Amino acid sequence: MATRQTQFLARSLLTPAVGLLFIWMIVPLALTIYFSTLHYSLLDPGSEEFIGLENFRYFLTDPAFLASLQNTLVLVGSVLALTILLGIPLALLLDQPVIGRNVVRLMVIAPFFVMPTVSALVWKNLLMHPVSGLFAWLASLFGLTPIDWFNDVPLFAVILIVAWQWLPFATLILLTALQSLDEEQREAAEMAGASAVSTFIYITLPHLARPITVVILIETIFLLTVFAEIYVTTGGGPGLQTTNIAFLIYSQALIQFDVGSASAGGLVAVVIANIVAFFLVRIVGRNLEA
Amino acid sequence: MGQITLQGVQKAFGPVHIIKGANLDIADGSFVVFVGPSGCGKTTLLRLIAGLEDVTDGRILIDGKNVVAVPPAKRGLSMVFQSYALYPHMSVRGNIGFGLKMAGLAKDEINRKVEAAAATLNLTPYLDRKPRELSGGQRQRVAIGRAIVREPKAFLFDEPLSNLDAALRVQMRIEVTRLQKQLGTTAIYVTHDQVEAMTMADKIVVLNGGKIEQYGSPLELYEKPANLFVAGFIGSPKMNFVTGDPALQRGAATIGVRPEHLKIERDGAGGWPGTIAVAEHLGSDTFLYVDAGPLGMLTARYIGELSLHTGDRVSLVPDPARIHRFDDSGNAIRS
Repeated sequence: MATRQTQFLARSLLTPAVGLLFIWMIVPLALTIYFSTLHYSLLDPGSEEFIGLENFRYFLTDPAFLASLQNTLVLVGSVLALTILLGIPLALLLDQPVIGRNVVRLMVIAPFFVMPTVSALVWKNLLMHPVSGLFAWLASLFGLTPIDWFNDVPLFAVILIVAWQWLPFATLILLTALQSLDEEQREAAEMAGASAVSTFIYITLPHLARPITVVILIETIFLLTVFAEIYVTTGGGPGLQTTNIAFLIYSQALIQFDVGSASAGGLVAVVIANIVAFFLVRIVGRNLEA
Repeated sequence: MGQITLQGVQKAFGPVHIIKGANLDIADGSFVVFVGPSGCGKTTLLRLIAGLEDVTDGRILIDGKNVVAVPPAKRGLSMVFQSYALYPHMSVRGNIGFGLKMAGLAKDEINRKVEAAAATLNLTPYLDRKPRELSGGQRQRVAIGRAIVREPKAFLFDEPLSNLDAALRVQMRIEVTRLQKQLGTTAIYVTHDQVEAMTMADKIVVLNGGKIEQYGSPLELYEKPANLFVAGFIGSPKMNFVTGDPALQRGAATIGVRPEHLKIERDGAGGWPGTIAVAEHLGSDTFLYVDAGPLGMLTARYIGELSLHTGDRVSLVPDPARIHRFDDSGNAIRS
């Protein structure tokens, strides 16, 4: 429908916004690329000099890099698995007609509205604290030794916290998808003699393939950059046990004050995110095609 | 075998009575159509027979066995849904074979039956397509294929043709009827379209407000409607109803004459005079909507072309043998 005139109008009206966005993104990127080629330490101001790809070599050969890469992938993978495997049954339950369904749904969704720092603090001090935490109290009730979560199983503890935060998101998306499942399809399966389990496997689960894909893609984007939960609870430790790429970059820049190396790390993180995205889209993106 | 009997079947959703006691005998192999206006309970009645809803009271017998407490899958019926309810992620083959797979049949047995069903319905070239790659009529046939492949005691159709365009609907109507005769399986078919009911049915059940108004063959309903509702519902255009003097003269509260039983006379003195408000010329038929003064608007049908136009004066003479008489409460008077 667009005539040449309206096209011109649309473009000229869009230009300021697009231009601003472009500058907004290109300036930090360009600066990061620039910094990544400098020897630039905040502890040694005035000594900036061009050192080529030395920062990248330093960052990539740092033993902390491989450890944090592994931690990042374990964190992303575990949280995805937990949120989807728990989200599906939760969504199925919430889809049932129960009294006070709206209130129950609101409660289930609530964790998503809690700030990561706040929820991490609550988990750290009220739930997982080895002396005064709820879990410690529960364990002592059964005569068990309380688990010192952040020392004994630090990465698992972080995974639990992050999964708790993202479970509502997965549940919500899957619930809306369940509600769009044609009732007659379920009835047709019932007439065909399918049991509840068969109906779930053959009718419901295929129907959920697309929303599950959406959950995986969106969660991955955010889970690659988990930071607040780690910062508040373990500070990346003990040792490097809970350091992920995002936290490693932070520690390069603001604990070791090495801006050059942190910039290189940031660019590496961008590349890693793209690699993950590439594989994700190839594996699960198929489901998004109509 | 597929003989279905309803005995005092009732269904209430809370305080709302949807089905107020239905009694019905459906003979094995017959094609029975439930017809009625929206909200008359025809779909609910079908779902009660299918087992998708629980009856509030009464008994449903299939081949003499009460199935009220039997789950839908065990009743040996198959249903064709209004939306077709095809499984979108399965191929046509998977859709048709799903019931057999659930019944635990061997793979080659399923394949053999699916292919036989597909051949009956001209679906063989589409077996490996997904439902979204099919046209409306083809989807409809897949839904029917899914029903016939299980060799049920009876088919239940819930307004299966309402999503098709007019031409396709006529074609599918004939296909469904022919298929049912060929298989000899009992069929219950729900529709709001009285033309579908008249053309397809061996017997028609006219429902209104949760009650069965009349049960009989299409021509019985056309020639001997039990009450005003059936008389008005069956036949197109609608039967003309006249109250007042002409009715009283014949000893009735209301008399009804079908448009095709009104003789049209130009400037005739006898009968019911009036002015043509609208004339519809279809070539094969001519419909006249006549303003007959105190008698209200009357519809007359002439087979063939009749060159009369808006504003012309005509006189309508009812065929005395074809006048239906109804008493105060709307029931037909037979004499």
